[in-house]
Amino acid sequence: MMRVFALALLCALLPAAAGAVLPSERLADPALEARARVISQDLRCQVCQNQSIDDSNASLAADLRRLVRERLTAGDSNEAVLAYVTQRYGDYVLLRPPLRNDTILLWYGPFGLLAAGLVGAAIYIRRRRPRPASEIAALSAEEEQRLAKLLAPEERK
Amino acid sequence: MKRLLFLVPLAAFLVLAAYLGFGLTRDPQKVPSALIDRPAPAFDLPAVPGLALAGLSQESLKGQVSIVNVFASWCQPCRIEHPIFMRLARESDVPILGLNYKDKAEDARKWLGDLGNPYRAIGYDFEGRVAIDWGVYGVPETFVVDRSGTIRFKHVGPVTPAVLDDMLKLIAQLKRAA
Repeated sequence: MMRVFALALLCALLPAAAGAVLPSERLADPALEARARVISQDLRCQVCQNQSIDDSNASLAADLRRLVRERLTAGDSNEAVLAYVTQRYGDYVLLRPPLRNDTILLWYGPFGLLAAGLVGAAIYIRRRRPRPASEIAALSAEEEQRLAKLLAPEERK
Repeated sequence: MKRLLFLVPLAAFLVLAAYLGFGLTRDPQKVPSALIDRPAPAFDLPAVPGLALAGLSQESLKGQVSIVNVFASWCQPCRIEHPIFMRLARESDVPILGLNYKDKAEDARKWLGDLGNPYRAIGYDFEGRVAIDWGVYGVPETFVVDRSGTIRFKHVGPVTPAVLDDMLKLIAQLKRAA
């Protein structure tokens, strides 16, 4: 049972570990290769659009993977590599959009909506709660009389 | 006032519907180009081997308003747009410059031999590296470059007569500007 589970886990993790990176593309330096994988996972493949270049088998993705590795080998920082690609393909190539004035709504809009929903719900619940007895005016003498009459045991006929 | 509060969800729905409705009219395959109004990248491509035609470089773009077309013999949509460029080459004096993308030289030569050559110069980008500098992600792509070597327009996919009209209008306008 344990062995089957381990095998299933291995099968599930294997594709993630491999990506679409061909052995021939890999860098000899494991540290640089690891950085290349991280960067590649953040770059959108422009041909398939919903895959990162790390996942995609498109030839352009392979070219970009090679480019990322070339820039890293040349000594670029991760940010410099991303900037290099963004200069050519625009922000759209980033799977994680940058936080800027024109993207604030994109990043924080959902939290804003959540806050608005919570405020609305709070107001609604507060309104529904019965008012405390102290806020309700006492009965007038006339009302007391009517109440007593209503509550008095009915006369048998 | 309180009664109007009921209209808030309706208003929110209408705003959302308007946004999404507008989104439906746009092509999700179109990627906004980062290169519009930016100088063309520095590059220097050799000619297609075995073809008696100049190569293409950043320098050769300067001094004229030109069309730069990325094409390949293996690209089907390139065949569709090709007659439009042939006609343009015959009927106007706008230089059409080619960027031959990831093509075998003999295939490119045969393609131009069979279908005709509208290009004044063709850069041979076998590795596809210069195309990356141009932000190319799908062939064919077509650019309009002004006199200073700045990219003014980009179209992804085959050029249709309607796109050509837009391009020619822009080119006329760029030519008038000093």
